[in-house]
Amino acid sequence: MKSFGFAAGVAATFMTLSSTSAFAVTQISWWHAMTGANAEVVDKISKDFNASQSDYELVPVFKGTYPETLNAGIAAYRAGQAPDIIQVFDVGTGVMMAAEGAIKPAADVLTSAGMTFDKSQYLPGIVGYYSKPDGTMLSFPYNSSSPILYYNKDIFKKAGLDVDSPPKTWNEVWEDAKKIKASGAAACGYTSTWLTWIHLENFAAWNDVSWATQQNGLAGGDVELKINAPIFVNHFQALADLAKDGTFKYGGRTSEAKQIFLAGECGIMTESSGGLGDIVKSGMNYGIGQLPYDSDAKGAPQNTTPGGASLWVFADKSDEEYKGVAAFFAYLSKTEVQEYLHQKSGYLPVTLAAYEATKKSGFYDKNVGRETPILQMTGKTPTDNSKGVRLPNLPQVRDIQNEEFEKMLAGQQTAQQALDNAVTRGNAAIKEALGN
Amino acid sequence: MIGQSPLRTVIAHAMLILGILIVAFPIYYTFVASTQTLQTILRPPLPLLPGDQFWNNYSEALFGGVGRIGGVSVGRLLLNTTIMALGIAVGKIFISILSAYAIVFFRFPLRMTFFWLIFITLMLPVEVRILPTYKVMVDLGMIDTYAGLIIPLIASATATLLFRQFFMTIPGELVEAARVDGAGPWRFFFDILLPLSRTNIAALFVILFIYGWTQYLWPLLVTNSSNMNTIVIALRKMVSFADADTQWHLVMVTAMLAIVPPILVVVLMQRWFVRGLVDSEK
Amino acid sequence: MVPPASSPRSGSVTPRVVFPNKVLPYLLVAPQLAITLVFFYWPAGQAFYQSMLRQDPFGLRTKFVWFANFRKVLADPAYLNSIKVTVVFSLATAIVAMCVALLLAVMAEKVVRGKGLYRTLLIWPYAVAPAIAGMLWLFLFNPSIGSLAYMLRSFGIAWDPLLNGTHAMILLVSAAAWKQISYNFLFFVAGLQAVPKALIEAAAMDGAGETKRFWTIIFPLLAPTTFFLLVVNTVYALFDTFGIVHAVTGGGPGKTTETLVYKVYNDGFVNLILGDSAAQSVILMVIVISLTAIQFRYVERKVHYG
Repeated sequence: MKSFGFAAGVAATFMTLSSTSAFAVTQISWWHAMTGANAEVVDKISKDFNASQSDYELVPVFKGTYPETLNAGIAAYRAGQAPDIIQVFDVGTGVMMAAEGAIKPAADVLTSAGMTFDKSQYLPGIVGYYSKPDGTMLSFPYNSSSPILYYNKDIFKKAGLDVDSPPKTWNEVWEDAKKIKASGAAACGYTSTWLTWIHLENFAAWNDVSWATQQNGLAGGDVELKINAPIFVNHFQALADLAKDGTFKYGGRTSEAKQIFLAGECGIMTESSGGLGDIVKSGMNYGIGQLPYDSDAKGAPQNTTPGGASLWVFADKSDEEYKGVAAFFAYLSKTEVQEYLHQKSGYLPVTLAAYEATKKSGFYDKNVGRETPILQMTGKTPTDNSKGVRLPNLPQVRDIQNEEFEKMLAGQQTAQQALDNAVTRGNAAIKEALGN
Repeated sequence: MIGQSPLRTVIAHAMLILGILIVAFPIYYTFVASTQTLQTILRPPLPLLPGDQFWNNYSEALFGGVGRIGGVSVGRLLLNTTIMALGIAVGKIFISILSAYAIVFFRFPLRMTFFWLIFITLMLPVEVRILPTYKVMVDLGMIDTYAGLIIPLIASATATLLFRQFFMTIPGELVEAARVDGAGPWRFFFDILLPLSRTNIAALFVILFIYGWTQYLWPLLVTNSSNMNTIVIALRKMVSFADADTQWHLVMVTAMLAIVPPILVVVLMQRWFVRGLVDSEK
Repeated sequence: MVPPASSPRSGSVTPRVVFPNKVLPYLLVAPQLAITLVFFYWPAGQAFYQSMLRQDPFGLRTKFVWFANFRKVLADPAYLNSIKVTVVFSLATAIVAMCVALLLAVMAEKVVRGKGLYRTLLIWPYAVAPAIAGMLWLFLFNPSIGSLAYMLRSFGIAWDPLLNGTHAMILLVSAAAWKQISYNFLFFVAGLQAVPKALIEAAAMDGAGETKRFWTIIFPLLAPTTFFLLVVNTVYALFDTFGIVHAVTGGGPGKTTETLVYKVYNDGFVNLILGDSAAQSVILMVIVISLTAIQFRYVERKVHYG
């Protein structure tokens, strides 16, 4: 009986809640994949936006992991039930861009609501990634991160390395890693999360070498991978050699290697800047450096490319809804909102004003390392090699690359073979996907 | 027991204990994790004995922590999950026992056709047919409803198979005797078949309740309102492996909350289950 | 007594005594049939149609290609590889899960003291959600980061499922079988309970040893249970394990643990190649239908019903 009363009570509150808000205001649905502290940020931003005006009600809905959210969105679109806004991860960008009739470019949403969209206010490296080659911004950047280098100062000390100078080039990383291993300061010298994102996509951008033809796929058309060029081969052969005696330790295809670093097994790690939170909370004595570059590359360091996700708007919604979406994007661009988002979530700010304001507030002095990914991304004007990569089937191509890397690290093939195979198989898959 | 040597008894105990260690360790370990500080959890390896944060973590999670991240109160999450699990367990047992009864105890045209139509569906995960099934839900207006959470998941034949297997072992003499006594199919069903099926029903209830309780992808897809979320969805929402801090100590508490109710069902239903067995031996 | 064996009688499936009603049986199967038609056959039919299309995820451009997707899938060496992986994985999982469960159930029957406690403790791990299990696995038991792996490494065991395919398969089979042990145990315990004690005692008086009693009396009487579990475990290993593959190995290293159902999931759900994925699910459906048919037609003939 007790539980029934409780249930009825819950149902009653729920009904009164929804009935008061159902009138007059236009509901804007936002499907997202944010978890942990980031999920709280989504809820807070939505609440604040709803409190800031009375015409629209933003309803955030958690839809699982990134692939799950994208699938839910696609299923809903095909059933005529698409949400207004959906958060899509970086590698899904190509899929969304190919679906031109299904989405409405973010820039159009803003301008048709009578708002001006001044691109110069946004961080170019990020906005560029989510724009068409002609510059039209297709989706609104929500969460962006960039790979940086983390190192364990205690291990550095034990290995006799300078705790205040993290390695700057990959050769320095290999040397320091060997010293860490040889001195017994840690079981392994170096590990990395996301080999494909960090050691291929960002490696190419940061060293200003081509990852694929057609501006890394951004210009569309028949794209061919270029990742078996000598600079990549040498880099991966070095990794494969270090893996033999455990100086480099492979942690998995995504962010699992972070745990190896947290456990103090490895002295150096390259990881997304978004991974900082766990490292801070673990109480480790850590340091941060820029993503290393290849000393043989002429243009290095150029700029890194973002990872993360952006907000896409579905097509065929009412004008009222689009106005609401535009109002929300405008709200999201506000300096104080961006400042909050950046400082609370660990993602990069989207606007320059928010970056300046954060800097002025002394946040970066207190939180050393939080500025590093921004500097990496804004230091130079992006070239054709460093605006990002785009394929309609990037997840599949990354799978192929990972499979070949794993065979290489298991000693079954050389770096040259691995990258040649990745190119051949990857190109075939791209051709197949473009032929759709 | 007959001819049981002490050595064999010791071996039996040892193997059982080993078995328990293997199957129950992960749950024990989750409990251990739920009593540690965030910092301890973040720096593996985790200790093997519970920590001293039991009260802190559990009160923080229950009074605000889960609700803050999940967006809905713990009570609501547990209520939704319970309704879904009960609905699936009761619904599937209901439709399965009826159809198995028809297939075993009646002869009628198309019987074998129905038999195959049902048994082909033994299992095909939702993920494999996700787009079309979702479309059906939208067309029927079942998004954000309990019916939408429950009914598509009772469309499989495992329970029917189990009842069929069991009914086949019921001696024909019983049916004959019932017919001689003038009992119709309904009397036979309620007075003889249902009592005999008690242990089967109890076992199935346990399995289906847990099946329903542990669903993740389906509720995620067919609910758009956080008020319809289940505890497993909330749990997944709390966990971020990349890019965000995760309140691991709260996550582990929520994991325990998600595990304990089905465990209670298992333990309580087992008494039924055992009683049914004891009765049947008389 | 879940599927129990009552008094043992000779002869296989005897013609059953049935009720003569004409309409009632249709009413009885109606609910299950209706739900099956709407929520299984209707979507499955659409999946079949989808398997003959080449389509972008949003359904904006569609081309009807007849059986081209099937030809492509069946000619793909990766697909043939995953058939091999699936056979090894399913057999190993079903055998391990059933053997361990049967062994534990027999042991649980033997002991007198603590029987109920043992039973309870062995059953309740079944209550863990796959989604939770996967999460815990990654955090606590993952080969590279979990505490167990840490212990193995500190003992100097070169345990590396991330790069060694055989290790990865062992890990995957253990994880999949682990989840199924409690389930099988539950049914074996019930089956064992239903074996008439008098029969065993009679055999013991005739001088049959414990092992002989098990194989000549108990095991045959467990046949209906074993058959049921065989079906369920095969189907489980074939279809319901993509979540475990996803959490434990992600198909890697290379493609050494990419099972058929994981490939369906990955191609359709992650890579959004809908036509290929649908073609693969149709092939899977055909496989499971034939397996079910074989099991009912041939294996079940050998099953002894009372």
